[in-house]
Amino acid sequence: MAPQHRDDEDHVPTAGIVRPYALTLGRTRSSVNLPVEVMIQQLPLARRAQWAGHDQNARIIEACEERTSVAEIAAAVGLPLGVVRVLLGDLIEQGYLEVAAVVLSDSSTLTERKDLIERTLRGLRAI
Amino acid sequence: MDFGQSSQPAGAASTKIVVAGGFGVGKTTLVGAVSEIVPLRTEALVTNESTGVDDLAATPMKSTTTVAMDFGRITLGEDLVLYLFGTPGQRRFWFMWDDLVRGAIGAVVLVDTQRLDEAFAAVDYFEAKQLPFIVAINEFDGAQRFPVDEVREALALPIHTPVMAIDARNRESAKAALVRVTEYALDQIISGIGGPQTSVAHY
Ligand SMILES: Nc1nc2c(ncn2[C@@H]2O[C@H](COP(=O)(O)OP(=O)(O)OP(=O)(O)O)[C@@H](O)[C@H]2O)c(=O)[nH]1
Ligand SMILES: [Mg+2]
Repeated sequence: MAPQHRDDEDHVPTAGIVRPYALTLGRTRSSVNLPVEVMIQQLPLARRAQWAGHDQNARIIEACEERTSVAEIAAAVGLPLGVVRVLLGDLIEQGYLEVAAVVLSDSSTLTERKDLIERTLRGLRAI
Repeated sequence: MDFGQSSQPAGAASTKIVVAGGFGVGKTTLVGAVSEIVPLRTEALVTNESTGVDDLAATPMKSTTTVAMDFGRITLGEDLVLYLFGTPGQRRFWFMWDDLVRGAIGAVVLVDTQRLDEAFAAVDYFEAKQLPFIVAINEFDGAQRFPVDEVREALALPIHTPVMAIDARNRESAKAALVRVTEYALDQIISGIGGPQTSVAHY
């Protein structure tokens, strides 16, 4: 069952059922727009909740104890990005987590874009 | 910007720069040279549905491919974090780039002069998306040094696209590439060319 147009050698196909998306009940789209660099953090509800230790949601919430990006959360819990996005979207909607920093997006104005890029440039020059 | 409902102090932001290029060209090395954390790895799960490559419609078992992406982090102050994403340059991963480049400041296309053709896909892609990018020649030891102009010509780059030689292992050198792409992205805005948001397709 080889892919038809393999265009390079570094491709490592893994055959199998798409199990990780079972965790999201098959959903592959998050309810909240979550770019990889977006920062997430816990809300008080998350600290009050009693989570079973093995629960995916518990692991995600734990990863967000300090403001952390979507990419770092995915790396910390060891689940594919797409899966983590869907789970994060649910936890945000349920009030356990919140988005904790702005990012540039399609709806950013030119001024917002310019300001953030200028801040980044100043920061990079200073490190 | 999105997420105005945040309870963070006004101004807390995160952003990203993409590091693209052919296989083994030094993407992870560059990310690691400037990152404050050892590059982390995250995976995107690619099913036959999203690649459109496999023909497995007849079977309930779906073929999946895992595409790894390395990333690093640079804290640029209390309220600003820059992420660097090293991403595979092959054409078939373009679906992943669409997601990654949305909102990015710009991209560094890392090239090895011995294998310049491996940069074609990335250059084509960023040009099409109008994402500001620079070309950084990773000068591997012993590799023949190419004048920057020859690389520009071979890649058919517009005259304004920055091309520079770097050592991906060296922090200052890697940092210089990040500064250059950020300056270039700013120039593009100031000169009215804008950013990628005008052309990035919704997915
Ligand atoms: N001599 C030398 N070696 C380098 C340089 N940059 C990277 N390398 C080596 O080249 C190899 C590949 O570098 P990586 O940073 O893993 O390249 P990559 O682009 O992330 O590779 P993939 O993710 O597998 O496509 C590693 O063994 C590095 O140590 C360089 O400037 N000089
Ligand atoms: Mg790598």
